Amino acid sequence: MSTISTTDVTWFFACKTTDVPTNGGVCVKYKDEQIALFYFTRSDTWYATQNLCPHRRQMALSRGMTGTHAGEPKVACPFHKKTFSLKDGRCLTDEHECALTVYPVRIEDDRVYIGVNAY
Amino acid sequence: MKIVVIGNGMVGYKFCEKIVEKTNNEGLELVVFGEEPLPAYDRVHLSEFFSGKSAADLGMAPLEWYASRNIKLHLGDPVQQIDRLHKTVLSYKGITEHYDYLVLATGSAAFVPPIPGIDKKGVFLYRTIEDLELMQAYAPQARKGTVIGGGLLGLEAAKALLDLGVKETHVVEFAPRLMPRQIDEQGSLILQSKLEKLGLKIHTSKNTSDILGEGAVTGLRFSDDTVLETDMLVISAGISPRDELAKLSGLETGHRGGIVVNEQLQTTDPSIYAIGECALYNGMIYGLVAPGYEMSEVAASHILGEQKSFTGFDMSTKLKLIGVDVASFGNPFVSPEQGSSIVLEDTMKGIYKRINISPDGQHLLGGILVGDAEAYNLLLQTCKNKVILPPNPEDILLGARNGNAAPGAGVTGLPDDAVICSCENVSKLAICQAVEAGNETLDAVKKCTKAGTCCGGCAPMVKDLITATMKAQGKYIRNVVCEHFAYSRQELLDLVKVKALRSFDEVLDHYGHGEGCEVCKPVVASILASLWNDMILHKGNDTAQDSNDRYLANIQKGGTYSVVPRVPGGEITPEKLIVIGQVAQKYNLYTKITGGQRIDLFGAHLSDLPLIWEELIAAGFESGHAYGKALRTVKSCVGSTWCRFGLHDSVSFAIQIEERYRGLRAPHKLKSAVSGCIRECAEAQSKDFGIIATEKGWNLYVCGNGGSKPQHAQLLAGDIDSETCIRYIDRFLMFYIKTADPLTRTATWLNKLEGGMDYLRNVVVNDSLGISAELEQEMQLLVDAYKCEWKEVVENPELRKRFSHFVNAPEEKDPTVKFETMRAQKKAAEWK
Ligand code: SRM
Ligand SMILES: Cc1cc2nc3c(=O)[nH]c(=O)nc-3n(C[C@H](O)[C@H](O)[C@H](O)COP(=O)(O)OP(=O)(O)OC[C@H]3O[C@@H](n4cnc5c(N)ncnc54)[C@H](O)[C@@H]3O)c2cc1C
Ligand code: SF4
Ligand code: FES
Repeated sequence: MSTISTTDVTWFFACKTTDVPTNGGVCVKYKDEQIALFYFTRSDTWYATQNLCPHRRQMALSRGMTGTHAGEPKVACPFHKKTFSLKDGRCLTDEHECALTVYPVRIEDDRVYIGVNAY
Repeated sequence: MKIVVIGNGMVGYKFCEKIVEKTNNEGLELVVFGEEPLPAYDRVHLSEFFSGKSAADLGMAPLEWYASRNIKLHLGDPVQQIDRLHKTVLSYKGITEHYDYLVLATGSAAFVPPIPGIDKKGVFLYRTIEDLELMQAYAPQARKGTVIGGGLLGLEAAKALLDLGVKETHVVEFAPRLMPRQIDEQGSLILQSKLEKLGLKIHTSKNTSDILGEGAVTGLRFSDDTVLETDMLVISAGISPRDELAKLSGLETGHRGGIVVNEQLQTTDPSIYAIGECALYNGMIYGLVAPGYEMSEVAASHILGEQKSFTGFDMSTKLKLIGVDVASFGNPFVSPEQGSSIVLEDTMKGIYKRINISPDGQHLLGGILVGDAEAYNLLLQTCKNKVILPPNPEDILLGARNGNAAPGAGVTGLPDDAVICSCENVSKLAICQAVEAGNETLDAVKKCTKAGTCCGGCAPMVKDLITATMKAQGKYIRNVVCEHFAYSRQELLDLVKVKALRSFDEVLDHYGHGEGCEVCKPVVASILASLWNDMILHKGNDTAQDSNDRYLANIQKGGTYSVVPRVPGGEITPEKLIVIGQVAQKYNLYTKITGGQRIDLFGAHLSDLPLIWEELIAAGFESGHAYGKALRTVKSCVGSTWCRFGLHDSVSFAIQIEERYRGLRAPHKLKSAVSGCIRECAEAQSKDFGIIATEKGWNLYVCGNGGSKPQHAQLLAGDIDSETCIRYIDRFLMFYIKTADPLTRTATWLNKLEGGMDYLRNVVVNDSLGISAELEQEMQLLVDAYKCEWKEVVENPELRKRFSHFVNAPEEKDPTVKFETMRAQKKAAEWK
């Protein structure tokens, strides 16, 4: 998985920056989808992934604990603590696990936008 | 290049993994046909299906693994024909695929002896998940079960029948003893007596001549005309290689089965390979997974033009029966001309060990271990690598007998090319190099080298190698929290206390690096709570809490939560019971009496939690901390207020204790109980601290544990009054909180504590460290700072906001949550 080119991306307004807890996540509703949005306060960086944990198909990743592994940002699912890279979505604890879809995030003033494929 | 693989078992899968890895998935078209409906799974651990593993847990890789590597996988579709002339295969469902290379990995089937009546209902094989599902469905109606075959697999199947609840299980073996191919007669006898203790009934020298019953099996008749009644029968009389397809296409097969292959695993058609249990190399079928993996490596390399050879494989095995260790390695049956044997037999403990030594006394030729196979890995390596034996070879059986040799010291003696993980063929050198390159945990080494990822048998040795390599590098092996904090929990607690740090970020700034992770965040959060008892959801610390603590509730299947109000001592008024009932009705919650003398309400949506607690708190309830590494319940028996044997009022004392320590956060959860007399109805001796009334006062027991490794609590002090009892508990708990490793219950903590119970008693009762006053003060601080955290959330709009599923649609609940109904209540929908 590589970076998504910006031309075919639609940005939708997710929430205010202050709605997201420091060093934590929230779940954003977009149409019928659920997207997990994470804020790393120390490095002031934002990430978004699917909210569904592929392991047992639980809508839970936004409630997971964030952190880093050797500098790579990650989230741990609350159910069985599988961890996933927030950069490219791959599972860090089990190479056979499916990867998460990741979405680009853009901040304008105090507003958070998430980019989804336009179609 | 297009490769077609027939058979998606363990070895077929391994072949895919290897070829994809070697080609980087470039220029490769890979098509796999599997007869079974499921993608390849771990057959070696098949029996764990009965101890709770699902088909998915056993899976080698999910379907997505194949998809993302462009492997075309046809499941439930056996290949029926090979057209060698046009190089195509034709499947049952009518798919034709062309191949450049064809790999047969068709494995083997259970060998079914031609006994009349073998096709009756209630007769099973033991090979696939489907076989096990059929057995599972049939077992509830069976009182007696029988396995034909007393070999490795037969004994495993027999244990599985016991696990399935078939009360009376028999094993029938044709030979005069069990496991005749792996162990000798004395070993067999000891094994038999051990298995009989597990409840198995063993019949040797029995030749089955008939399977009795109308339609369904009801018994077996033997050639000596005796009869054994049985309601179900499992056949495990050996394996027969699946060579039917090869035969049909004119490839050479052995007369007792198996597809003939050369050192490169090619069949008599050089573009067709055969690997795994269907391949016959040098007159031999290898019925184990490790040689199969080696074959897949050789075949994949050869197809890609590398020269590698398969030249036979060691058939050493260890039986995975729970409760009985059996292993055999090298040549277990050396005759007097070939060498000499040293035997250790302990009929009292049920231990039999035999090692066979070369005539010059230099090398280990093989051996047998029954009852205690701890030394298996090391002995196997000593044998395989021809390590020179010590002057008194019995030392390797008995250990050094004066002074305690460090366990695992033996790994350093192995040569570099010793194969540590035979499943994945990983050498000692490869593991040591991985450690030197910075992979200093078992997980890291597993990931880097694959050692220990298959059967897991070598994991203890890998750990020993990690420790030995790090020591050799002059590294002091410290028990650090994780990559972000180079301190042990105890060190970190002292530092946080001295600097009076109060948030995760502050601790990270002072003593850590990076952003933290799911290991260190809860550790630091717990340290902060144990030191200051601040509200755990205060800004900044909220997201450092373990996810259950963060929502003050345990997450359940499907993503809903459970609600457990505190019921101190298990005593509850009718009024409060009614409130619980009303709340459960209103929010549609499943209710259950827990094992801890209180009531659990399951299935609450995240956004309902504050509403539910608001009502409970209004009725006088408070958090039960069922989600926290904190005090859970203090169980009580009814005691002297009603019971004719009760010596003191155990209920009042339990309530007093529960209210004193509620909300106390610790390295792991804490449980307690108070019994009114020695009959011990509150089970106090299974608790982290338990109290039992005596004529003169109370006996205080500590460090008990239920759970997976139960351990009885030990007496800390006897016949003490209530005040002394509480003082000792204060000191004991505070000392535990300050010194235990993360997630270590009191029992495990005591087991690791140097000096054990005597030392602990000296600290707590005799104040040998002079810290008792300090410990009591610290505890009092925490007791005084207690507040119900749910009350704080309910009253604080900022905190309440965090309990919604969608940040941009707070009024909506998670639409994916699904329930089912069972016994007139709801339950979580089964997950996939
Ligand atoms: C609800 C309950 C089962 C029941 O329906 O009765 C239960 C449910 C859970 N137990 Fe338990 N345990 C329950 C009594 C017990 C008991 C019996 C007791 O306390 O008298 C034990 C054995 C005693 C002991 O702990 O020494 C027990 C030993 C465990 C263990 C193993 C602990 C160990 O040291 O090995 C775990 C796993 C852990 O904590 O890591 C566990 C973990 C769990 C978890 C938290 C698993 C999880 O992470 O989801 C379950 C949470 C359910 C929930 O959301 O409330 N539960 N659990 C019981 C709640 C008691 C209560 O009122 O708080
Ligand atoms: C209960 C049990 C316990 C075991 N314990 C151990 C142990 O402790 N240690 C150990 O080393 N080994 C153990 N084994 C043996 C080990 O599981 C096998 O050695 C290993 O599975 C062999 O792998 P394989 O791929 O050659 O064959 P299999 O795993 O049998 O796979 C062959 C696959 O090919 C399929 N197939 C056959 N014909 C066709 C066709 N024409 N078209 C498409 N597909 C086809 C079959 O359905 C099967 O799925 C155990 C086996 C069992 C049953
Ligand atoms: S024993 Fe405890 S942890 Fe296991 S299923 Fe029952 S409640 Fe859950
Ligand atoms: S559901 Fe996410 S790790 Fe299991």
